[in-house]
Amino acid sequence: MTSKNVHVRIGEMKTRIGHIKNLELSIGKVIDDSWAEPMGPTPMPGLTTLRDWDMKLLNKYKPFYMPDCDLCCLCTYGKCDLTAGKRGACGLDIGAQSSRIVLLACSIGAATHTGHARHVVDHLIEKYGRRFPLDVGGLNVKVEAPVTRLVTGIKPETLGDLDEVLEYCEKQITHLLSVAHTGQEASNLDFESKAFHAGRIDQVGMEVADIAQISVFDFPKADPEAPLVEMGIGTVDTSKPVIMCIGHNVVPSVGIIDYMKDNNIADKLEVVGLCCTAIDNTRYFKRGKIVGPISWQLRFIRGGFADVVVLDEQCVRTDASLEAERVKAPVIAASEKNCIGFKNRTNDPADEIVADLVSGKVPGVLILDPEKVGEVAVKVARQIASIRKNMKKLPELDEIKRLSKTCRQCNICRRSCPQDLKIPAALKAAAEDNFAPLTDLYEECIGCGRCEEACPVKLEIHSFIVKAGERSMMEEKNYCRAGRGAIQDIEIRSVGGPIVLGEIPGIVAVVGCANYPHGGKDVYDICREFALRRFIVVTTGCSAMSAGSYKNEEGKTLYEEFTGDFAAGGVINAGSCVSNPHIAGAAIKVANIFAKRPLRGNYEEIADYIHNRVGAVGLAWGAYSQKAASIAAGFWSLGVPVLVGPHGSKYRRMLLGREDKAENWEVYDARTGEKVNVGPTPEHLFQTVETPQECMVAIAKLCIRPNDTWKGRSIKLSHYIDLHKRYYGTMPRDLNLFVRTMADVPMTMKDEITAILDAKGWKETVIPDPTLLPRMIRKKKE
Amino acid sequence: MSCEPWQCAEIAATKKANPITKPEVAVALIKRATRPILIVGSNATERWMGGKQLIDYLIDFAKASKVPVVATAHMVGEFLKRGYEPAGFMSAMDIGNRLVDPSWQGLDGKGHPDLAMFVGLPYYMEALILAGLKHFSPDLKTMTLDNLYHPHASWSYPNATLEDWAIS
Repeated sequence: MTSKNVHVRIGEMKTRIGHIKNLELSIGKVIDDSWAEPMGPTPMPGLTTLRDWDMKLLNKYKPFYMPDCDLCCLCTYGKCDLTAGKRGACGLDIGAQSSRIVLLACSIGAATHTGHARHVVDHLIEKYGRRFPLDVGGLNVKVEAPVTRLVTGIKPETLGDLDEVLEYCEKQITHLLSVAHTGQEASNLDFESKAFHAGRIDQVGMEVADIAQISVFDFPKADPEAPLVEMGIGTVDTSKPVIMCIGHNVVPSVGIIDYMKDNNIADKLEVVGLCCTAIDNTRYFKRGKIVGPISWQLRFIRGGFADVVVLDEQCVRTDASLEAERVKAPVIAASEKNCIGFKNRTNDPADEIVADLVSGKVPGVLILDPEKVGEVAVKVARQIASIRKNMKKLPELDEIKRLSKTCRQCNICRRSCPQDLKIPAALKAAAEDNFAPLTDLYEECIGCGRCEEACPVKLEIHSFIVKAGERSMMEEKNYCRAGRGAIQDIEIRSVGGPIVLGEIPGIVAVVGCANYPHGGKDVYDICREFALRRFIVVTTGCSAMSAGSYKNEEGKTLYEEFTGDFAAGGVINAGSCVSNPHIAGAAIKVANIFAKRPLRGNYEEIADYIHNRVGAVGLAWGAYSQKAASIAAGFWSLGVPVLVGPHGSKYRRMLLGREDKAENWEVYDARTGEKVNVGPTPEHLFQTVETPQECMVAIAKLCIRPNDTWKGRSIKLSHYIDLHKRYYGTMPRDLNLFVRTMADVPMTMKDEITAILDAKGWKETVIPDPTLLPRMIRKKKE
Repeated sequence: MSCEPWQCAEIAATKKANPITKPEVAVALIKRATRPILIVGSNATERWMGGKQLIDYLIDFAKASKVPVVATAHMVGEFLKRGYEPAGFMSAMDIGNRLVDPSWQGLDGKGHPDLAMFVGLPYYMEALILAGLKHFSPDLKTMTLDNLYHPHASWSYPNATLEDWAIS
């Protein structure tokens, strides 16, 4: 910690001079720099501090824009048509406008995570004080906040220290957002650089939120053996009152669970969650259950399972309260960011609020005190559960058959479906008593409900699909590992060498939302494939849920089949969305703990190290949100490639390398200062992949790094070639770009690869000590 | 046979594709092109017409027209299984990115394509790539062979059932 506020509060004091009451003194800041590591070159970077680094990456991975809209309608000069080179009234062209949209998305994401962190930290400081110590893993985790240390140069030790970190983030987000104003920035690459900066800030904001909640709520602390928790709609015991929490901020859920524990009724109710709140509930409460990812909201509410719905923040369907009202489930809005138009009842007596909700006098209330949320939710659930029995909004099959006959086969439902599901054909079959096609849609449906909004005869198509898939839904009984949080320093020491040398072929971070092209099974398949290949697989958020939602031939979920160690063949659930910095943090800690690179405020050097040495790849197979964009931006900025599934193309901008342009792939050899061509390693920084097969090949390829030893490169190439042959039916054509010496060639494929190399006119090259930074060259070229 | 975007919300195009009202239009466009290219996406094995998969029709077309094929995603394997070797294979994003680069000399290194035909990608991905080409490669003509109308292409078939489309 570099500085501390001295803050004195005197409640009441009688002295000879007089009677002092409610005195508060704030004496600025006292420097308390007990952290021995010297400050690096870029603590608390501003908008342009790391611009040169960003430009190095953006020169290597140029943006490919796919504007979703030809227009700009952000100011009253507009709408302006920016098609094919036309500039708008402000002078902006479509390239800059596209990158401006990327910046906006990343800024929204960073603001959302940082706002989340601000709420958590303020709440915890108010309750536990600024001096509450941070502890994310005891003696096992000495580098407790690698991202924060790296970006800000602050080593946070208490909750109060996090306040200062957040002040920095908030200032940067304000500046970033201001850049999106008309007439603020002209260059697409400068917009992109600022999007990267939003990603850096986002990582800090998320890390603050998670280390605060881990420390205070005693979540699993870097625990590879964090408990397995029940997951799936089929695990919910509906004989008990059910409280369903949706969103991302665990604080209201903690209020509910604490109230249950304090009143010795923890086993009398079910507390279940959707989206990241679910993950964090189970980090706090072993009996908490995960219903499923974000897309399960409609099916769970309409299924009538929830007796009370508690909504916090982020990724909450904005019609969740309307849906809950249809099944007579009272709603408690618990976040000032998501008030839903309800009356603020925070200061009313709990029993009055309970009475109003149970009687149906009001459908929902806003309560901004988490402890009161707990009391009200529990009391309402217990009183209303018996009244609500069988209160569901799913039609019976007979009714579906009857209603399906009214379908006009107009196709509008299908044309409104993001998945292009063959709904009209399924309804036609249902009308003829064949529900199988409708049942088939259950797995692929992402639960958006757009089909119903579009239907001219108002068929509740989503409900039809859920009813047809009810059996599958009720059989969803799986396990997820509770989010373990940070990676231990000792784990980093064990795997740092093998990762950097390439002998552990890669770290695959499967993160993000559930906007999958064909259901969640792809996530399971991808995770399992790479765990079996002894990559390190790390998950968070909705992807962590999908990874655990399927079983192998022995009936084991992924978390039962593989250990939770950060080691080759491990499958780790780090936690919720705000746990993503533990993944970035692991890469940072490889540079710091294993390679002894200075961490404090030393962003560029650490990112350069990670980009050239740590074979990590992010995959957001179902990314949908602005938060997912900012999370990705945090990884881009560290030089870590990110893949998104097909719907991720709607982020409208990729960062693509060109393997056919040799000049793009030069690095400095830090030993000699010579420029060395290292090939496309990694080839892209942000890319959409179309199918799971393509995704798996791309992951293996993107794990290749310039620093790989011959042994590591050989291992990585064998995975790339094996997957390529399996899914593409042929050898890769670009092997000449990845083989540096014949020692890189996997032994079992030597003849085959040698023939390819000969045909391509391949020449041997050196394995450098790679860097993009001239200042890292140890021996200057003469 | 409507010329509305297949996905209802895909409407923000000021410059919309000319409809291919009859196959002769498409044939003429292909004949007029000096360096056409056909990009085939992952849905080419999902669509069946008359007991035959779309990919099989495309192979017949590619053989007859000599138009070089770029297979996206894992589709190269599907072509090879059928005994046809595409001229290239790469991700859909990669081929889009090359097409917006005027210095790219095509798969054979002999010149930039002047007509890019798309078929069989997920609708929204194809729409986005076509939008990118419309904005950043204004000299390139684009055409979709799908049965779904794509407003961002230069030329597109109107929306039609697979059966009607196959007949056309």
